[in-house]
Amino acid sequence: MTVYLLCFVLFLVGLYGLITRRNLIKIIISKAITEFSVFLFLVLIGYIDQGQAPIVNPGSVDQVYVDPLPQAMVLTAIVIGLATTAMLMAIAIRLFRKYKTFDIREIKNLRG
Amino acid sequence: MDALIPLFIAIPLISAFLIMLLGKLVKEFHRFFAPLTLLSLLLMSIYAYVNLGSSSIQYTLGGWGMEKGIPVGIYMVLDGFSVLMLCIINLLGFIALFYSLSYMAKYTAQRNYYSLFCLIIAGMNGVVLSGDLFNICVFLEVSVIASYALVAFGVGKTELEASYRYQVLGSLGFMLILLAVGLIYWKTKTLNIADIRHVFENGYSKPFYIFVQVMLIAGFGLKAAIIPFHAWLPDAHSSAPSPISAMLSGVLIKAVGIYVLIRLFFNMFVFSQEIALVLTSLGAVSMVVGSLLAIVQWDVKRLLAYSSISQIGYVVMAMGMGILLLLKGNSEAAAILAIGGAIYHMINHAVFKGLLFMNAGAIEHRLDTRNLKEMGGLSKAMPVTSTTSFVASMSISGIPPFNGFFSKLIIIVAAINGRFYLLAALAILVSIITLAYFLKFQRFAFYNKPFGKALEKIREVPFPMSISMIVLATLCLAMSLLAIPSVSEQLLRPAIDVLMQSELYSTTIFGI
Amino acid sequence: MSIIVKQVTQLLAGIIFMFGIYIILHGHLTPGGGFAGGVIIAGAFILLILAYGSSALRLKKEVAGSSNTESVGILLVVVLALVAMLIGARVFFFNFLPKGNPGELLSAGVIPLYNIFIGIEVAGALLSIFLALIIFKEESSK
Repeated sequence: MTVYLLCFVLFLVGLYGLITRRNLIKIIISKAITEFSVFLFLVLIGYIDQGQAPIVNPGSVDQVYVDPLPQAMVLTAIVIGLATTAMLMAIAIRLFRKYKTFDIREIKNLRG
Repeated sequence: MDALIPLFIAIPLISAFLIMLLGKLVKEFHRFFAPLTLLSLLLMSIYAYVNLGSSSIQYTLGGWGMEKGIPVGIYMVLDGFSVLMLCIINLLGFIALFYSLSYMAKYTAQRNYYSLFCLIIAGMNGVVLSGDLFNICVFLEVSVIASYALVAFGVGKTELEASYRYQVLGSLGFMLILLAVGLIYWKTKTLNIADIRHVFENGYSKPFYIFVQVMLIAGFGLKAAIIPFHAWLPDAHSSAPSPISAMLSGVLIKAVGIYVLIRLFFNMFVFSQEIALVLTSLGAVSMVVGSLLAIVQWDVKRLLAYSSISQIGYVVMAMGMGILLLLKGNSEAAAILAIGGAIYHMINHAVFKGLLFMNAGAIEHRLDTRNLKEMGGLSKAMPVTSTTSFVASMSISGIPPFNGFFSKLIIIVAAINGRFYLLAALAILVSIITLAYFLKFQRFAFYNKPFGKALEKIREVPFPMSISMIVLATLCLAMSLLAIPSVSEQLLRPAIDVLMQSELYSTTIFGI
Repeated sequence: MSIIVKQVTQLLAGIIFMFGIYIILHGHLTPGGGFAGGVIIAGAFILLILAYGSSALRLKKEVAGSSNTESVGILLVVVLALVAMLIGARVFFFNFLPKGNPGELLSAGVIPLYNIFIGIEVAGALLSIFLALIIFKEESSK
């Protein structure tokens, strides 16, 4: 049970960084931390006591495996996270070229 | 008909990457290939709508059906509600693509634009067709990532900032959704929507249930821009190119936000009173706050974006009312009215909001400004834009005989029948406020004294743009016929039935 | 970068590439598969770019190559899934090639083919992302 609570604490750490940091790149890193905490939580859900890695070796019977479905979910979600991080990086680089600063308090062209 | 279902996702995916590949070899390849793709999708969806009736088809990927009574495959489900959403998505996609054939002429890198547009359509078709909880997340992210790139398409200062804000909040929404999916998997050990309903019908623990539902409302609320999750919508929808604004406001927030909320809360979760109250109050607050914030705007597209928040509030409020009425048990007719009103308003809003954003784009195309104080007297210079804008404004404000009047009337009658007098009063009040700011838009843009002296040089917009606007305006008039009971029995009733008889969804999958 | 890095990269880049291909081909027997192998292959190319610098490698043409590779990869995946609709049980994504004995390299029907195409696609996509960011830096420093 403590493992799941620690995952949630990591989520809150990432959320804190997402809200309070001013640098564009630090916001991206905080978003990545939040994502990884969710992935950790998903993989830990599938754990079964005394389970082996879900790879079938020929000639082994009566083996208890951990649940492979959350692992497949996390693989897909890692790819999605990679794509969103790459897009955010590209936008951040373009923003730097326009505004000459990474500080999000300077980038306030849109109001209201 | 079975084989059509995966084609809805495969065809736009193939065409997106064919455009990227062959666009360098063949000049102007994208200008006829992309509309051809979307036209074929539109014809396929109309064929599916006509031939489906009130049955529902499921399709398993890879042929993996049920093993020992447990659905182990990835299911795609086509039922009354999905096919209605498919028609609206592909129809608005085709019209917006046709509009952008001449609107995007002043942007470079058009090949990327058409490829990303096909990816948005592929993602939305996938969300609407999937019967599996994690598949919804994957296709949702496919379409939303393509829309991040399209919002920032003309790389100016405001577009980049709007896209950055949109992306950060969208990612937060996705992470909340993923956390909720993980929690559901933990308790039910399955990802199939019908199977999860089976497990929940046999008992659940109340605190966990409320926690998961609230997290899903927060996550999908961030995608659908319900108050208080709306902060990204005015920036993103006003900075995007106009056909993309029409697609975002018209179908994206509905297909990946409202559609999934309706599907999960009606067909997957057993009804609960607290969550229905939360949904109804969030909808009512969105309605009121969105319209109040729209009155003070002087930027045309920002005004239209805030009005989107307000109209989505109508849909969410009607949905919540439907659940509350179904829980009461003795007012089934009022519940049918509420749910039917929500679906009808959803498809109406797609049509007239798309038309309004196209009008704003036409004005921007000719005048290079979005500020209402710098326009005026356009009704003589741009007759097609002015007439279609008038039709759309009257529709959204709820003036008969256009379609907005009928859908808002159905929602208000449902509220009065169910004795929610406060909600009915709020709906009427917001309708009046909507009329106020749309009259402001009409007056300052089209009927005032001309601003500046260059009015003689302004001509009507090119043919693709004006024909798209005329088609949508005719649809505004034609869809008001859906309110006639005999017509709506045929066309809307399958969608309402699929939502009301929620056990039917799971028994069809299980084949019992 | 110093000469040690350049020499070691010259020796290692080919080995990393081959390791990536090994991971892709054994995707149905060992952990890994299409995505992880594709990332390793892209890593080999990125290592070369980082060691030798973008000016020495004439990078503008590279962007077109990796972008085309990515598109070809995805088209092959979707076409293979659609071809499965014409053979055998006529469902999307069906496994229609003969499945051998579990545990051998040539088994599991159509899954190794999917791994290879996804590996091509992911390698092309990651290389395109990296090159796009590098080209930004080049243009901004001119």
